[in-house]
Amino acid sequence: MSKLPRLLSLVMLGLAIGTPALAQSKADAKVGPKYNIGRAPTPEEIRGWDIDVRPDGQGLPEGKGTVAEGEKLFMDNCSSCHGEFGEGNGRWPVLAGGKGSLTSDNPVKTVGSYWPYATTVFDYIRHAMPYGNAESLSANEYYALVAYVLYLNDIISDQNFELNNKNLAATKMPNEQGFIMDDRSTAERSFWQTNPCMKDCLGPVKITSRAMAIDVTPDDSKGGKSRGVE
Amino acid sequence: MSKTDNPQHSRRSLLAAGAGAAATLLASRAGAGGNPANQPPNVPEWTRVLGDGVAVRPYGKPSKFEKDVIRRDVEWLTASRESSVSFTPLHELEGIITPNGLCFERHHGGIAEIDPADHRLMIHGLVDRPLILTLEELKRYPRVNRIHFMECAANSGMEWRGAQLNGCQFTHGMIHCVQYTGVSLRTLLEEAGVKSSGKWLLVEGADAAAMDRSLPIEKALDDCIIAYKMNGEALYPEQGYPMRLVVPGWQGNLWVKWLRRIKVGDRPWHTREETSKYTDLLPNGKARRFSWVMDAKSVITSPSPQAPIKHGKGFTIISGLAWSGNGKLKRVDVSLDGGRNWRPARLDGPILDKALTRFYYEFDWNGEPLLLQSRVQDETGYVQPSKAELRKIRGVNSIYHNNGIQTWHVQANGEVENVEVA
Repeated sequence: MSKLPRLLSLVMLGLAIGTPALAQSKADAKVGPKYNIGRAPTPEEIRGWDIDVRPDGQGLPEGKGTVAEGEKLFMDNCSSCHGEFGEGNGRWPVLAGGKGSLTSDNPVKTVGSYWPYATTVFDYIRHAMPYGNAESLSANEYYALVAYVLYLNDIISDQNFELNNKNLAATKMPNEQGFIMDDRSTAERSFWQTNPCMKDCLGPVKITSRAMAIDVTPDDSKGGKSRGVE
Repeated sequence: MSKTDNPQHSRRSLLAAGAGAAATLLASRAGAGGNPANQPPNVPEWTRVLGDGVAVRPYGKPSKFEKDVIRRDVEWLTASRESSVSFTPLHELEGIITPNGLCFERHHGGIAEIDPADHRLMIHGLVDRPLILTLEELKRYPRVNRIHFMECAANSGMEWRGAQLNGCQFTHGMIHCVQYTGVSLRTLLEEAGVKSSGKWLLVEGADAAAMDRSLPIEKALDDCIIAYKMNGEALYPEQGYPMRLVVPGWQGNLWVKWLRRIKVGDRPWHTREETSKYTDLLPNGKARRFSWVMDAKSVITSPSPQAPIKHGKGFTIISGLAWSGNGKLKRVDVSLDGGRNWRPARLDGPILDKALTRFYYEFDWNGEPLLLQSRVQDETGYVQPSKAELRKIRGVNSIYHNNGIQTWHVQANGEVENVEVA
């Protein structure tokens, strides 16, 4: 049991490239129904909630929208947080820019610099945006918004470009190849040990970093500046 | 002592108050403070007068003297409280169970206040029998009870570049551990009949972020739970009432709250939360994806910056927590000298699979400064690395999965600071 998750990650690696899954657990999952509790959802019920979209385009609703249409929607619904050009107001997420910054001391992870799939932008916006008014726009409006966000990132260059359910999944993102499967079990193999050191493990140590010198621990009377997570 | 007597003081003075109190108490032979009129040989008011009767407090809460034991947030971390985090006050807690009202919160669209009569869980996609369930129907399925820790992958994420936040509530407080009651996800997937092509699940919440994540079928069929109770009572709204997913040992973001939908598919979805977020950027510009498991980690919860040593030298208890997403713990060691020498800690209470474990190290403190550390080894042999060892492989920009060894500097006056050593 204890080693299962580590082994599982290896299995996952296999799955990602199409190796068949463990036959035993598949067979086990096929038994039933045993309890007959609950009912089948109607097609209408499924249609209303089935809003996810995959990189291969599965799940994209019929619809279309242009960059220019998206720009207007963005100004009305999004720019107060994300800025007119996706630069992000205050601590709200930056949507554009950051190209070439991933190896720098201050990586700026945006749709253009980091996100691997354009479909993810559609899936996320359709799930969660506009912030505070989620799932309120039409499919056409979501296509238009995604088109504008891709335009802000120079992934689409023509203002009149129309994004739709036929061409969104084919839109390649600059950082698609920027990801690797979790490799901690091999890259960090040295963290597994038989007998951890107990005595004289290091030479004399000195304090090299102090939280009180940074002085950003919560305090009602003053603000602080971020160097951490968003 | 004036600072500790004022309930309106700021959080910073709260931290400072611990140190002030330590100094005051060191000077006092009695070492207890308070009001002498209530202390021997006198008889206090609560002994002379009847108190509240039963049911005056139909739902109990902690003593008013425990008012500082609360979740806190770090305002500068996020743009709004609806998409933000509050931290568990680990420095005030003991044992391994987190009280429901103190479990850290992480929301992406605020707390959904759901009427259970209107909540539905839909299971569809690559299944033989799509299902839609009410809460009452879910409760008719066989139940399981499991105690598990749940840790946000970004716990300690603010510490990658050095010691930053001065308190284990802030450095390590994106974790909690409760007993869940619910239905094994495997039971429901068997009821729905997963097709042989079904390899991944999309799990999705009903909140204003409709959080969605991909979960591999092996994990779903292994030990996941759809929980509706925590520590015996209904899930709290901020923890996903009326139902949430429990993914033992894996990053908290997968534990979708307000769970409304499970869709079985043949490939992962690569949602925003598993691409833009919860991927670990490495120095070469590549990022690890699907880094689900929370590796072994430990922290001394007391003494710590918010819980200084107030009693001066003498018999001293070091209390801490350790956990591993890979199973049970094998051992915890404690260092008093910044990691040069280690002594075995005493594990006390249950040692459970993918749950918090409490450890103690008791010793006679001579009053000299200490550099306290704890280090856990889990049953797979994994030893919690130092922060330097982590940075050597991961750099400082990966945000997530910072499980490096924490150092607390205990000064002679008992005050404690978050530091790093080399």
